[in-house]
Amino acid sequence: MEEGRRHTDPGELMIRIRNLHKSFGENEVLKGVDLDVYNKENMVVLGRSGSGKSVLIKIICGLLYQDSGAVTVLGKDVIHLNDRELRELRLQVGFSFQNSALYDSMTVKENLAFPLVRHRRHLTRKEQNHEIESVLDDVGLLQTLNQMPAELSGGQRKRIGVARTLILRPRIMLYDEPTSGLDPITSMEINNLINLVRHKFNTTSIIITHDLTCAKITGDRVAMLFEGKFIKQGTFAEVFSSSDERIHNFYNYNFIESR
Amino acid sequence: MDTNHKMKGLKFITRKIAGFFIDLNNAFQFTLRFFREVFKPPYEFKEIIRQCYQVGYKSLFLITLTGFITGLVFTKQSRPSLSEFGATSWLPSLVAIAIIRALAPLVTALIAAGKVGSNIGAELGSMKVTEQIDAMEVSAVNPFKFLVVSRVLATTLMMPMLMCYTGLVGMLGSFLNVHMNEQTSFISFFQAAFNNISFLDIFSSLIKSIVYGFTIGVVGCYKGFHASNGTEGVGKAANASVVLSMFLIFIEEILIVQITNSFRV
Ligand SMILES: Nc1ncnc2c1ncn2[C@@H]1O[C@H](COP(=O)(O)OP(=O)(O)OP(=O)(O)O)[C@@H](O)[C@H]1O
Ligand SMILES: [Mg+2]
Repeated sequence: MEEGRRHTDPGELMIRIRNLHKSFGENEVLKGVDLDVYNKENMVVLGRSGSGKSVLIKIICGLLYQDSGAVTVLGKDVIHLNDRELRELRLQVGFSFQNSALYDSMTVKENLAFPLVRHRRHLTRKEQNHEIESVLDDVGLLQTLNQMPAELSGGQRKRIGVARTLILRPRIMLYDEPTSGLDPITSMEINNLINLVRHKFNTTSIIITHDLTCAKITGDRVAMLFEGKFIKQGTFAEVFSSSDERIHNFYNYNFIESR
Repeated sequence: MDTNHKMKGLKFITRKIAGFFIDLNNAFQFTLRFFREVFKPPYEFKEIIRQCYQVGYKSLFLITLTGFITGLVFTKQSRPSLSEFGATSWLPSLVAIAIIRALAPLVTALIAAGKVGSNIGAELGSMKVTEQIDAMEVSAVNPFKFLVVSRVLATTLMMPMLMCYTGLVGMLGSFLNVHMNEQTSFISFFQAAFNNISFLDIFSSLIKSIVYGFTIGVVGCYKGFHASNGTEGVGKAANASVVLSMFLIFIEEILIVQITNSFRV
């Protein structure tokens, strides 16, 4: 059980989800999800399109509310936080959106400055610029400083999205399909970035994906979401050595698709 | 079979009506939220100024054109009926009353609803469907404050100024026509024009513009903030904000005119 980089000290539990249910009208999306994520761990959530992966992490950061069940992030029960407490929690949680969600009326620099000037008011202009440049350098895109989001490629936009959340130094990162729609080489750059972020900023991460390469490279543990529940959790090897046919299909089709 | 059809129709209608009232309630809550947030720091001064500039810049050309033509044409069309009674000397004051009491606030608001309102609806709508609003939310920046409060303040502040400008341009258009026909001088035209304008006239027009500006801002933001269904939703939001704000402006016009008339003696 105690394999690799896995942390199981209960004192280090960062995200705890119990019996989570969520439906939209008739559409039952999550039907009793349980998940524990420990400090500095990369947790990968795998699942087919429409299985409710995005809904799950939106509930974690309070963008959506569950119908029932408990979501505790950094010891706080998300659904019961007031506005101010939720804001404080969100400063600790970075969210990288599936489609990057860059502010398209602003340059890259302004995108990064947007959260920074509002939450680090004591910084001088020079210190702000320094912060922005250093985090852009971390994602390898210093040269795009004055470009508009529309001028960037998909992979660049993803990385700027990550940089924009990193600038507040969150303790938890939520990545929504970081590699979807990217070529294998760019995907690999993103995978490496996710691992770099973990080591450099000591973040705990949930990585949502249906890309098995990404899961294998970035994930300490993998959880397989199927029809609203996790059917298997464990290391990549543990999950995919399972005899469950649903997991086998997911594995096989993934490689037929990409090879 | 037939009753089944009827039931379906009934269900459809009740759902539509329920939807309308839910929408109305949401819009009301949205407006209340504006008043809750507008006085709370931190204030986004820079963004408010930028939005004011946008409102003015976007509508200035069209307002200049329409205001001028309105004044000019209105004067031209009114002349024959006045000259029947030999009363063309009343033209300046007639035009002034029409423009300042009614035309300037209304024309300005309708143009702004078309230009600025649709723009706000589309801009916020596309930010909504591309999750930019969610992105602000999760970075612990209040999107309502940054996007909505600044825009509503901008339209509310700018509308009275634009209204005064429209009135002025309209009067210039009228002066041009009067001057060409009666050779009236600039000074005597404006003296005659403002003879019959009271403080109440100007005050009620200012109030009107403030109300219209607020309406345009709130409706555009509300529709944009609640856009859904991808790019199609963006177009719908833009369109709905123009239609709804024009509709509300007409209703407000009637109400305000009733109220101010009760003050006239
Ligand atoms: N705001 C919403 N309102 C109504 N239904 C929603 C909403 N958000 C998601 N859903 C529904 O929830 C289901 C799961 O959506 P979700 O976006 O979480 O899927 P996903 O696993 O992230 O898929 P993908 O890999 O395509 O991103 C879908 O059926 C979707 O229609
Ligand atoms: Mg998704």
